[in-house]
Amino acid sequence: MTEEEIRRAYIEELTEVAPDISPDEIGNEAHIQDDLDLDSMDILNFVTALHERLGIDIPEPDYPRIATLGKAIRYLGQRLA
Amino acid sequence: MAVFTMPSLGADMEAGTLSEWLVAPGDEVRRGDSIAVVETQKGAIEIECFEEGRVQELLAVPGAELPVGAPLALILAPGESEHPTTQAQEGGESRLPTAAARQTATSAPPPKPDSPTRREAFLRVSPAARMRAKEQGIDLSTIEGSGPDGAIVLADIGKRARPEPSTRSEKHSTQLDEMRKVIAAAMTRSKQTIPHFYLSQTIDVQPAIDWLEARNRDATPGERLLLGALVVRAAALAAVKVPSLNGHFVDGAFRPSAEVNAGIVIALRGGGLVAPALNDAVGLSLDETMTGMRDLVSRARAGRLKSSEMAGGTITISSLGETGAETMTGVIFPPQVALVGVGAPQLRPWIVAGKIVPRMLINVTISADHRVSDGRQAAKYIAEFETRIERPETL
Repeated sequence: MTEEEIRRAYIEELTEVAPDISPDEIGNEAHIQDDLDLDSMDILNFVTALHERLGIDIPEPDYPRIATLGKAIRYLGQRLA
Repeated sequence: MAVFTMPSLGADMEAGTLSEWLVAPGDEVRRGDSIAVVETQKGAIEIECFEEGRVQELLAVPGAELPVGAPLALILAPGESEHPTTQAQEGGESRLPTAAARQTATSAPPPKPDSPTRREAFLRVSPAARMRAKEQGIDLSTIEGSGPDGAIVLADIGKRARPEPSTRSEKHSTQLDEMRKVIAAAMTRSKQTIPHFYLSQTIDVQPAIDWLEARNRDATPGERLLLGALVVRAAALAAVKVPSLNGHFVDGAFRPSAEVNAGIVIALRGGGLVAPALNDAVGLSLDETMTGMRDLVSRARAGRLKSSEMAGGTITISSLGETGAETMTGVIFPPQVALVGVGAPQLRPWIVAGKIVPRMLINVTISADHRVSDGRQAAKYIAEFETRIERPETL
């Protein structure tokens, strides 16, 4: 899966969980809690959506590694490799 | 035959704007089915039917602002034959807001499932998208949704919208002002009419957190639990033991509720909050409580809460989540008589078996209505809550 595909999956799943976030707000450095205001329930719904879409089960201790799009591209890229 | 009317979705609601029909004449409906979407100051709410039967006639058209109690639809009971209502009353004064509604009279065949009218009636639209479309004068039925189940989300409108920055932000703040007004009215009424009193206690949630960590380690994301679900489950079970904290105070009298409908406070990103109820929370298992909460949060974000959830709460649980401030002393949502405020867990020194050890603690504060209960009942509630959350395997 290319970086572009991971980026698309991240943005699409995030805006599905939080339809009030516009895709342009999701920059590489935007933090899902601090900048985008996701609460713990939103984050779990997001992790569940990524699991269903990419087949990657992200364990709780790894949640910080998907906290921004930039980090997630690296982390999910490694997990998918 | 029953006349389905505009319901009251909270003590401060006077009117609502019908935005979509989710049924058409000829459709079978059951108790609890969502039959229309109504735009209120608190956002779009799906209103549910309390009858069983068949929709005979729709009496209001989308776009109409209607007072609470205004007739919306006629529903025939099962087995009841069609009344020639419209034709019979044709000569008299019209009950219908516009002639368009009359065209949907009984003789018309029900639309085919995939006909355009039918599809339009099932539009799923996020509140932000709905707001933006309204500002831009965009017909939602012309937009292809890319969200869950084809829901129209903000991004879909963005593709179509003409940028008009100044007007847009002005109107956005007007919409927020509307929700602010509703919250202001309810909270002012609460503080002016309810003599609040408060009891607080610090509770050790280390056992609950350890239990959750072990349970979630082997669970897929879809099966994981959050501390919030344990809190809601413990709060609901404690409410059963203290009936004077669970119910409504209406017309000068307290009416205890047999069911515990746990109102869950959800903060909205644009500002404001909603507190839809997890109905019959005691009857749910811990996993079902979690599923129910996930569903409420998702639907609150997507603008698909239901009327029974908006009006049914019997006690409210307001939790600050997993990080943040340690104590919350909340304001009761009238006509309820209690609110449980739960601070974010904090790592603090604590004494366990005579030794000082680091533990994760939460502060629980109950706000209660002194017209209905006293400190003794509130203390009993907190003790029940503590007993439950300290033994998560019993939840």
